[in-house]
Formats: sequence, C-alpha cells, structure tokens
Amino acid sequence: MVVDQLSEEAADRVFQALADATRRDIVRRVTASESSVSGLAERYAMSFAAVQKHVAVLERATLVTKQKRGREQIVRANHDGLQRVRRLLDDYENIWRQRSDRIADLLAEGTPPAPGSDSTGD
Amino acid sequence: MTVISSAQDPGALSLTVVAEFDAGVERVWQIWEDPRQLERWWGPPTWPATFEKHDFVPGGEATYYMTGPEGEKARGWWRFVSLEAPHRLVFDDGFADDDGEPVAEMGTIHGVVTLEDLGGRTRMSVVSTFETQKQMEKIVAMGMEEGMKGALGQVDALLVEPARA
Repeated sequence: MVVDQLSEEAADRVFQALADATRRDIVRRVTASESSVSGLAERYAMSFAAVQKHVAVLERATLVTKQKRGREQIVRANHDGLQRVRRLLDDYENIWRQRSDRIADLLAEGTPPAPGSDSTGD
Repeated sequence: MTVISSAQDPGALSLTVVAEFDAGVERVWQIWEDPRQLERWWGPPTWPATFEKHDFVPGGEATYYMTGPEGEKARGWWRFVSLEAPHRLVFDDGFADDDGEPVAEMGTIHGVVTLEDLGGRTRMSVVSTFETQKQMEKIVAMGMEEGMKGALGQVDALLVEPARA
C-alpha cells in the first residue's frame, strides 16, 4: 500500500485522543484560532490541570502543538496531524462515491420493475 | 454526478455523503433490503461482498464476507438498530474473525441512512461515524485498490453507451 500511513500505534493515539468530547472541542477551538492553556481552561468546568492533561493527550497524538510564550503556553492545531485524519476520511468518502455509482448502475437496470416511476417499455 | 455533496467532520470521525438516484424511494430501499442487490454494490469489484445472513428487521443481524483479489476473506457483521421503511435505516457495521465472531476491539461503524422522496427521484444521505482508526484503515486499504480500478471503470462506463430499451 503506497499510502503514507501512520504506524498503528501513532494512529491509535490520534483516534483515542479524538474519542473525548472535550478534546474534540479543544481541537475545534484551536483550529479556529490559537489559544493559551489558561484561556482554554476558562471555557470548561474543569481544573487547569485537567485541561492541561487533555492538551498533553492531543499533543502526543500530534493533533496540537504547545509552545511557551512568556508565561503562557500557546496551543495551536497541528495541521499535519489533522491532515492525516482528513486523508482517511477522503479515502472513505471515495469508497462511498464508488458505491453510489454502483447503486446508480444497479438501479438503471430497472430490476425489479419500479412501479409507475418510469416506463422502459420492454 | 451521483454524489451531490459530502461533509467531513475529522474531530468527530464522521463523514456524510449525499447522493441522488433516478429511482423512487421504494426502489432504493430494496438495494438495502435485498441481500442479492446489496452484495452487488457494497463491496468494490476487487472485494465483492457475500451476505450469508441478512435478517432485515429491527435488532436483526447480517453477516457477510468480502473476498479479496488473492481469495482472502474479510468478514463483517451488521446489526440493524432501527428500520423505518422506506425512509430511514440505522445500523452498526463491525469486523468479524475467521469464525464470524465479532472482533470487539475493532469497534463499530455507526451508519445512518436517510432516503428522501424527490418526486420519483431519491436523495440518499449516509452518515458514517467511526470509533477507531483500525476499522478506518482496514476499510480504506480495501477501498484503495478499488480507487485505481474504479478510475479505469469510469472510463469503461463512458465508452459503453448506457443503452436502456
């Protein structure tokens, strides 16, 4: 397979990281714009330490990056990491496009005759 | 173009594909209901699907296998969570081992299919939500081979006049 695939372990980290609603929300927020860990912590009903843990999980999964800026820790989306998830979804989308084409072909055969809707008249 | 739109939500690991077909909803429902029709489109030509069991009732199960180019078999199962003929179908799709037993750690793909009547035509939307990367990679790996052949198949389709008479 000439696909630039994640190692199974790395991919597991990505998917486990995204299996949590708070972490998905963090990814969405920092994809829209970067945020400090303390800025994120203000938005959730959980401790700073808990948010920091979530960010660490996302960082290990290569979905976000964290950098020190002065006294703040700035969280940004890691577009390479997200890109890999998108690529898998792209591939899966392609599978459904092909399925849809096969369905259209099957329906064009007209078997069994669809009542009323069209008249192939043979 | 059969597929009219699609939307990905990487954060939620979900994908929505919307397609339109030149057939009524009752007819399109049959391609899910009838296992002989289902197996003509579910698997790619390189990995055709064979449904051994297809208990198309709410709570019912289906078991199937897909046969690869080398004769290898990939087994799967479905559970029909809810069926509202001919408009809505909710099912879980999972992997099975060689004995047909569900492989729990692979997780399930949750599918919600909606058929909308467009006055003789049908709009079908399929929302697929994944749980784990393994299921996605496995399915995609099987679909990728089809990617290239599919492209060639499309050329063939252009060359063959879709004669209807």
